[in-house]
Amino acid sequence: MTIDIDVLVIGSGAAGMYAAIEAARRGASVLLADRSLIGRGGATVMAQMTVAVALGEETPDDPQHHFDDTIAAGRGLCDEALAQLVCEDAPDCIRELDRWGVGWARKDGHITATQAPGHDRPRCVYVDFINTGPAVSKTLRAEMARHHKSIRKAGDLAVVDLIVGDGAACGAVAWHLSSGAPVIVAAKSTVLATGGLTRLFARNSASANMGGDGYALALRAGVPLIDMEFVQFFPIGHLAPRLIGMDPIMWDPFRYKLGGRLLNGRMEEFTSAYGSSEDGKYVLTRDLATYAIFKEVEAGRGSPHGGAWLSFEHCSAQALRAAFGPVIDRLAANAIDLTRMPVEVAPIAHYHMGGVAADVRMATALPGLLVAGEVVGGANGSNRLSGNAITEALVFGRRAGASAAAHAASATASRPRAQAVREALDLIGANGSARPATNTAAMIARLQAVMTADVGPFRTGARLQRALGEIAALEHELGAAPPASGSGEAGAPFDLQRLEWFDLRNMLLVARSVVESALNRSESRGAHQREDFSTMRPEWQLHQAARWRDGRLQISGAPPAAAVS
Amino acid sequence: MSAANKQIATLKIRRGAAGEGACFESFEVPFESGQSVLDGLRWLRATKDPTLAIRFSCINANACKECMIQLDGETVYACTARLEPREMTLTPLPNKKLIRDLVTEIAPPSERFR
Repeated sequence: MTIDIDVLVIGSGAAGMYAAIEAARRGASVLLADRSLIGRGGATVMAQMTVAVALGEETPDDPQHHFDDTIAAGRGLCDEALAQLVCEDAPDCIRELDRWGVGWARKDGHITATQAPGHDRPRCVYVDFINTGPAVSKTLRAEMARHHKSIRKAGDLAVVDLIVGDGAACGAVAWHLSSGAPVIVAAKSTVLATGGLTRLFARNSASANMGGDGYALALRAGVPLIDMEFVQFFPIGHLAPRLIGMDPIMWDPFRYKLGGRLLNGRMEEFTSAYGSSEDGKYVLTRDLATYAIFKEVEAGRGSPHGGAWLSFEHCSAQALRAAFGPVIDRLAANAIDLTRMPVEVAPIAHYHMGGVAADVRMATALPGLLVAGEVVGGANGSNRLSGNAITEALVFGRRAGASAAAHAASATASRPRAQAVREALDLIGANGSARPATNTAAMIARLQAVMTADVGPFRTGARLQRALGEIAALEHELGAAPPASGSGEAGAPFDLQRLEWFDLRNMLLVARSVVESALNRSESRGAHQREDFSTMRPEWQLHQAARWRDGRLQISGAPPAAAVS
Repeated sequence: MSAANKQIATLKIRRGAAGEGACFESFEVPFESGQSVLDGLRWLRATKDPTLAIRFSCINANACKECMIQLDGETVYACTARLEPREMTLTPLPNKKLIRDLVTEIAPPSERFR
């Protein structure tokens, strides 16, 4: 089956949906594809926290101040043009969502903002109660349903590879998960809005479908990635007791509103020993907090499950109820009473700063290929300021949609050549040798375990080398074609094992790009901390690039005098 | 808890794709307090049978709402239903088109590939 369309958008989080809406209102025909259900998977629905924007409704503010904080958080590595775009376009996007009925929390008629760590003033808007991401997602879905019925939507569509012809992107080859059928999408413009790579890690705060698909699609299409070594760990992801029906990053909004005390295993405050006193307020940036918790655990002063305690025991039941409403009942259902007990928290893979290199039109090195949201590299340097993820999803999404529509209007329709789609179609139709010992779900768990153990926020050359060894072993096990699975042959409905084979094909390539970039970077900066190179070095104030050339990953950009690990 | 009195949850799961003869298959899952039914299903896929089909994205947050199934005849989210040390019967939603095993067509018609 072949679909002809002006604009193909891959991924239906906030970035993808905004891109689809913007392209449609500029007159383009749009196909919005997602490997899961539309607007349900990815990171947006999981973003229960806040959105940074210099609205200045309550406290005077200006995008320039937001920009300054973004640059400072990025530790010298932000792409300033992209960061500026995020900060300058944010107020407009946030107000557009407001008109579409997202329901930003208000006080005295103004959109109210909270102050998150790293910001010089209250700048982070939200939707109560810890409902920001779901509200953003629902609003964009509803806006499509109300005013953009022409947008064609396709859930359960898993993209295998982009199509490149005559030096330009011309769509993608995919398969429909529910039927197993191959699908060719011929598109004048393609927008990657596939999110990040947090699924590479065992403990993570995003959905199971965030395995770095977009990075792998870009690499195999010859498009460079930058800054792949910078994975952000969110310091206070929920660790224990077991809590179901809640996002593991749910404690952050509690801290914005109520402060809370971060304590080590001896129930002592400890962050001041790492250069930042909390003093009952929530000011600690993500990289410093992650470092402080890891070091306490390493020194034998962790909480029982290997993290830190977070306590709200000093808050009254009334204060907790006022701040969190029904969430208190959901905690009670998990036998958690915050007035009487602390909870355990620990760093959790949360966001990827690196990604596809793009300019302020969100155009990549490949004509016709745009990017939006977390898949974009560079805007956040080596450490993202809290609140900027949904902001960039909206800003980059809208901009990418406009650029995609403009490119489609000027491009001539091109039917992808048979040879350009043959390899991907062969892979979809392949029915490799039966390998009963291969359990794709277990292979993913093995990759997640090694990434967590050896490629977390604290790295050494030896541990990164060990990770490369395990990645190579998994690559060998994966083989060149999906195995015949127990559930049937190529084309079987909802063949998860087959999907996981394609997932691993992407995840292993992306994991390799993270590890090789991290191995090169012989310094510590932001989210990348090397125990064997513990200081930040001026000669490393640059971006490394990852490229796929002749069947091999190549990392370039290290300074000529960089120490070899 | 010692290995000797380890508790077991038995998941009795309806298997099969649309048009195939459906059958029930039972799996034993080690029970730990605080786990969800989805935890049990994910453990099964990674250790026993990766061909078992279940739809889920967010795993734990109850944000994606993709993991709707029936547990003992009642509609639940697999991510918030508690795993229990007893036989639990898992079936696909009866009022939605079956795709495979526990997966049904739950997307609104306008958001389906067609």
